[in-house]
Amino acid sequence: MDVQVAEAGTEQKARTKVSARDVDVFYGDKQALFGVNIDIPEHQVTAMIGPSGCGKSTFLRCINRMNDTVDGASVRGLIAIDGQDIYDGRIDVVQLRARVGMVFQKPNPFPKSIFDNIAYGPRIHGTFGHKDELEGIVQTSLERAGLWNEVKDRLSEPGTGLSGGQQQRLCIARAVAVSPEVILMDEPCSALDPIATARVEELIDELREHYTIVIVTHNMQQAARVSQKTAFFHLGILVEYEATEQIFTNPRDERTQGYITGRYG
Amino acid sequence: MPADHIVKSYDEELTKLNRTIVEMGGLAESQLARALQSITRRDNDLAGRVVENDVRMDEMDRGVQHLTVRLFALRQPMAKDLRTIVGALRIASDMERIGDYAKNIGKRALALNQAPPVRPVSAIPRMGRLIQEMIKDIVDAYVDQDADQALAVWYRDEEVDDMHDSLFRELLTYMMEDPRNITSCTQLLFIAKNLERMGDHATNIAENIFFQVRGEPLDDRRPKGGATLDGDVVGNTSRNPDGGTGA
Repeated sequence: MDVQVAEAGTEQKARTKVSARDVDVFYGDKQALFGVNIDIPEHQVTAMIGPSGCGKSTFLRCINRMNDTVDGASVRGLIAIDGQDIYDGRIDVVQLRARVGMVFQKPNPFPKSIFDNIAYGPRIHGTFGHKDELEGIVQTSLERAGLWNEVKDRLSEPGTGLSGGQQQRLCIARAVAVSPEVILMDEPCSALDPIATARVEELIDELREHYTIVIVTHNMQQAARVSQKTAFFHLGILVEYEATEQIFTNPRDERTQGYITGRYG
Repeated sequence: MPADHIVKSYDEELTKLNRTIVEMGGLAESQLARALQSITRRDNDLAGRVVENDVRMDEMDRGVQHLTVRLFALRQPMAKDLRTIVGALRIASDMERIGDYAKNIGKRALALNQAPPVRPVSAIPRMGRLIQEMIKDIVDAYVDQDADQALAVWYRDEEVDDMHDSLFRELLTYMMEDPRNITSCTQLLFIAKNLERMGDHATNIAENIFFQVRGEPLDDRRPKGGATLDGDVVGNTSRNPDGGTGA
């Protein structure tokens, strides 16, 4: 009982960064999400779990309007960042994607130098005044991604020459370089070995000081390790959304219980 | 359990864990029953067998420890499974302790049977029956994963504490009446204490079953009589013998 009271207390303190109200998503005639309501707290890591096809990635892609690029996809309902409707016609989608960065399953560095990979975003968005300033952004971004010490002497080498784990951290640095507020991660570690995974997990924990992080993962232990809140999706429905500890020790819903304990049903 | 795990061997291991706990509960019941019989019937053979049988209890406890560590390492249990396994580990050690107390009662019975019979022996089986019921009910509560029944056992510990308290006073009276009773009554005093401790372990088990089922701890629902009373009694036991030697 005490635990719940304490959690309710922290929930009140944490400001909502992203909120969704009655969100439905359709791919053509097929409905992928049904009436999702969620408040994602600022400076916390929120994990989305659920079986394949449950809608967790679909929901993630609503937050930076990536679904706009999918043919026949339509989104209904309200998604707001800091209370502002991101599907409002006046919203500049390019600007939105600078505010909401994304890291994908497979590291996808540009076929450019390490430096240019990071500098790419700031150059497009013109978020720096001077060349020195750009170098500063590159260094800070690489530092935040925990990669600086490993690459500082070879910034002109191609990003694709790095190891898988380094490439993924390069992608995180690239996302960080445009000073986003929210970082979306779609299974960022599923292509990495356990050590690279541990590095990225540690990084995620550090990053939440500056950013709000939403991570989709198939690895439940990972969700348990990195997140403060966990959302369980099943068949396009947000079944349960609770403090991570609650979800993994005492979930309320039978479907959550069945999924995280590895049972049918 | 709502449904089977996708990985069958996980279910098999959980079943094995469950079966061992139930078996330990059964052994705890029969050990206590025999220990009590060995007092009332003044049966040294039976008392000796109780002492020997405790080895099996220890073996099963080690088995549970091994199995739970294995389950943690290989299955990374979550939610109800996690609570089941953590609970089983703790319940097994409480069962093992209950077994130890039964063994100790067996040893005391051997000593007691060498002295002439004393009257208050009859009060021991009465307290013993209460503990037997608690252990039986707690094993049933475990098998049925019944939090309410566990809670009922938990509340009954107060009765045990009261009974221990009155038995304690009764034994003091006998000792004061005739110093020749002191040896036997001291053994009975220890036996009563053993029974009282068994009740405490049954209470622990109740707490763990409650946690396994409900996912929340069983906290201060009970007026904290049990703990204070226990403290008082411990205080008394240390104070009174001192008083006795002084006089």
